[in-house]
Amino acid sequence: MSEFLISITPIDWLLDPLTHDFMRRALMVSALVGGVCGLLSCYMTLKGWALMGDAVSHAVMPGVVVAYALGLPFSLGAFVFGVGSVALIGFVKQKSRIKEDTVIGLVFTGFFALGLVLVSKIKSNIDLMQILFGSPLGISRSDVNQTLIISFIVISILLIFRKDLMLYCFDAKHARSIGINTGILHYLLLTLLSLSAVVGLQTVGIILVVAMLITPGATAYLLTDRFDQMTLLAVISSSFSSILGVYISYWSDIETGGSIVLVQTLIFLIAFLFAPRYGIFKNQTFINKN
Amino acid sequence: MNPIFKSHEKDLMRIEADQVCVDYNGTVALYDASLNLKAGSICGLVGMNGAGKSTFFKALMGFVRPSRGKIRINGIKVNQAQKEQSVAYVPQNEGIDYSFPVSVWDVVMMGRYGAMNILRIPRESDRRAVVHALERVDLLDLRERPIGSLSGGQRKRAFLARAIAQRASVLLLDEPFSGVDVPTEKLMSELFLQFRQEGHTILISTHDLNHVRDFCDFVVLINKTVLAYGETSEVFTSENLNKTFGGIPPNPLSGPTSSKDFVNE
Repeated sequence: MSEFLISITPIDWLLDPLTHDFMRRALMVSALVGGVCGLLSCYMTLKGWALMGDAVSHAVMPGVVVAYALGLPFSLGAFVFGVGSVALIGFVKQKSRIKEDTVIGLVFTGFFALGLVLVSKIKSNIDLMQILFGSPLGISRSDVNQTLIISFIVISILLIFRKDLMLYCFDAKHARSIGINTGILHYLLLTLLSLSAVVGLQTVGIILVVAMLITPGATAYLLTDRFDQMTLLAVISSSFSSILGVYISYWSDIETGGSIVLVQTLIFLIAFLFAPRYGIFKNQTFINKN
Repeated sequence: MNPIFKSHEKDLMRIEADQVCVDYNGTVALYDASLNLKAGSICGLVGMNGAGKSTFFKALMGFVRPSRGKIRINGIKVNQAQKEQSVAYVPQNEGIDYSFPVSVWDVVMMGRYGAMNILRIPRESDRRAVVHALERVDLLDLRERPIGSLSGGQRKRAFLARAIAQRASVLLLDEPFSGVDVPTEKLMSELFLQFRQEGHTILISTHDLNHVRDFCDFVVLINKTVLAYGETSEVFTSENLNKTFGGIPPNPLSGPTSSKDFVNE
C-alpha cells in the first residue's frame, strides 16, 4: 500500500476516486451532510446542547431498525424516535425532580438499548455495523435522495430562521419580550437536530454523529467573534473534513466515519492550539492590535 | 431627539396590574399585587431577594401567567403589547452569555427584530435607530467590538441601547445599577430622566434605596405582595422599609446602599 501511495501523483490522488460512481456519490453526500451538520453545530455549541445532540442521535436507533423492518424510509423512523426522545426528555424533566442531564442520559441510553435489542430480535438484513458506524461508500440511491431532501429542508429552515434562532440562543428572554414565540423556536431547533442526526448517521453512523453536530461549531467558535463568520467557518471546515475523510478512507482503506471525525478533531486541535485570539499559542501582536 | 409619543398620551396608563397573583406549583410567590403607572413616570420596585420582585417582573413581561388578576400594558394585554414592541426589558448582566460571538452593533440591532420581517433584514430606518441608540449611551465608537470585550458598565449600556432602539414606551430594568462604574451610573440616571420627559414609563427593580430616593417618582415596596405603593416621599418611611425588609431596620436617612445590608442578615 505504501509503495503504491508514493508512486501516485497528488492529481491522481484527487481524481482517481472520482472515476468510481460510488465514490462520487459518497463525496457528494458526505460534503452535503458535513455542511448541514456544520451549520447546525453552531447553534448546538452556542446553546450548550452537545449532550442533547448526543442523546437525539443515539435515540434514533430503534427508529432506524423499525423502519428497515417495515420497509419504510429509514429517515422517517429515525425522525419519529428523535423527536419522541426529545418530547420524553421534556416530559420526564417536568414531571420529576431529576436534573436535566440525568434525564437526557437516562432516556437516550434506554432508546439506544431498545434499538440494540430490536436489531437482534427482528430477523432482517439490517447491518448493525452500518447503523452504528455509517457507510457513505455503500450508500444507495434512495438513501441519497432522502439525504438530499432532508438537507434541503434543514438548510432552508436554518437560513430563514437564522437570526431568530441566534437571538434565541443568545437571549431567549429578549426574544420573548419582543413577541417572538420561543417555545416554537425551541422545538424547531430540536426538530432540526433530529433531522441533522438522521442525515449525519448516514455518513459517520450513530456513535459518531454527535461529533458532526458539535466539533465544527466548536472549531469555528475559537476562530471568530462574528456569528455569520462562525457559521461560514463551521460549514467549510465540516464539508472539508468530510471530503478529506472520504479520500483518506479510500486510499488507506480505513473506516470512513472514523476517518471523517478524526479529520474534524485534528482541525479542532489546530484551532485550539493556534487560533489567533483564543488559541493556546495565541498571537500576542494580534491581541494587542485589537 | 425624536419625540415618539404624542402629548395626549401623557395621561395614558402604561402599566396596570390589578390584584395579580402568581404561584409556582402551589407555592404562592406573589398575591394581590396592584400597580398603576402613567406615562412619563419612573417607579422603583424594592424588596428583598425572594420577595417576589422578579416574579412581578416576569408577570409584567408575560413570562409567567398570573393565577389571578390581570395585567395591561398601554391598555392592552401583555403579549399584544409585546407584539407592538411596547415593552423593552433590560436584563441583569449575570443572565447573559458574554462569550457569544456578537458585536455591540448586533446586540443593539436585536432591539429592532420585532419591527422587521421574518428574515430580520435591517432597513435603513433600523440602522438609523441603532446608531441613534448607540449615540445616546455613548457607545457608537465601540460598535464593532465583541460584546464580551466590554466592561461591566459598557455592557449595561449596550443592553440599554437595545431597549432604546426598540422604541418601547415601557422599560423594565432589572437591577440596572448593579456592577456599573460611576460614569455609566451618571449617564443612565440622566437618560432615565430624559426618558421620563419623553413620556416613557420606567420600572426599575433594585436593592439600592439611594437611587430610588434620587429619581424615582413612585415606589413599590414588595414582600410577597405590594406592602406600600405611592409617591416616593410618602412611601419611604422607616416603618414601611421595616416591613419590606423583614424587621431589619435600615436607616431611612443614610439608607443601606447595597443588598448585602439586609439580605445576608
